Amino acid sequence: MDQISINAVGRKELTTYTEYPPKGYRVRISTYWWLGRWAYLKFILRELSSVLVAWFVIETLLQVNALIAGPGAYQDFQGFLRNPVVIALNIISFFFILFHAITWFNLAPKAMAIRLGGKRVPAILIALPNYAAWLLASVIVGWLVLRG
Amino acid sequence: MAEQIALEVTRFSPERDKVPSIQAFDVPLRKEWVVLDALNYVKDRVDGSLSFRWSCRMGVCGSCGMMVNGEPKLTCATFLTDYAPGPVRVEPLKNFPVMRDLIVEITDFLGKLSKVKPWIIRAKKKPLSEGEYLQTPDELDTYRQFSMCINCLLCYAACPVYGLDPLFAGPAALALAQRYNMDSRDEGKSERLDILSQHDGIWGCTFVGECTEVCPKHVDPAGAIQQYKLTATQEWIRSLLMPWGGKS
Repeated sequence: MDQISINAVGRKELTTYTEYPPKGYRVRISTYWWLGRWAYLKFILRELSSVLVAWFVIETLLQVNALIAGPGAYQDFQGFLRNPVVIALNIISFFFILFHAITWFNLAPKAMAIRLGGKRVPAILIALPNYAAWLLASVIVGWLVLRG
Repeated sequence: MAEQIALEVTRFSPERDKVPSIQAFDVPLRKEWVVLDALNYVKDRVDGSLSFRWSCRMGVCGSCGMMVNGEPKLTCATFLTDYAPGPVRVEPLKNFPVMRDLIVEITDFLGKLSKVKPWIIRAKKKPLSEGEYLQTPDELDTYRQFSMCINCLLCYAACPVYGLDPLFAGPAALALAQRYNMDSRDEGKSERLDILSQHDGIWGCTFVGECTEVCPKHVDPAGAIQQYKLTATQEWIRSLLMPWGGKS
């Protein structure tokens, strides 16, 4: 409903009444909201890293598949790995996976509120075993790959 | 003349304006002045029509939350000198509809808050004559951090999920639900589980973590939500393994 009202300085103005409570002005959120703040950008990169984690999983499955198919297929797969585009993609994926793992381990203490003897276990004691397990797994994989 | 700083303030009159605009005022830059003092200076001396919420001036009431140079802040705890030589831009809290100047519409939050039942639920209330529900200091300590929330809504302004999906329950409401879930006197966990474990509840949270960063009371809503995700998952596994068993 529109209504003419007189304001404090005696000027006529058009007043539009809205339902109660009035809706107010909503600021539209930009599609690029995540670019304005490092914390938001870091979050988006973290979400994006899962795509590259999936890429590594697919690559490993292809490798296993080639291994089963025989020496010829495995040589073809090695040729595929030597492709500069694949090398570049793998290097990028590697850094994204490092980023993913480190941020994941750092966030773990937030989700795990373990209490011992009436006190909450400090964040570092929850993060450290994760890093230790990661290091151990890396050493085992490294040993398996490099021993021969 | 004393040193001045430029204060750029959002102005919006729903009767007159289609979109908000920015108006600049020169205010004295005093060492002991917070942004709220500068706003009150404008209201008292320059333009009495400037509208904003405030009450306690000591970080307790949670009314004066606004965006200061793009960051959600309690204006009563944000010193002007930290922004010298200026300008200081003061805008209404992000992610809420603007009603007038720096005032936002928070009915949505209040509805969500009551939906998560942030009070002590007892299966059977004991009569007053039997005394209080006792609690040890350790039991208090488990939820104390989450009970510090003053509903200032800085966390909602920092949360991109709430900005993009207004149905999301949001950090403060979820942290307060967790505060009562962890209270040893409460027996309402299963009542809250159905509300909290929906998509618009804890699973809407993607753990950006900014709610915790901006919280002036160090409540850590992001932590509360992730901890509850763990609880909800355990409950889900339990219901899978024991479909006929009761909820804990």
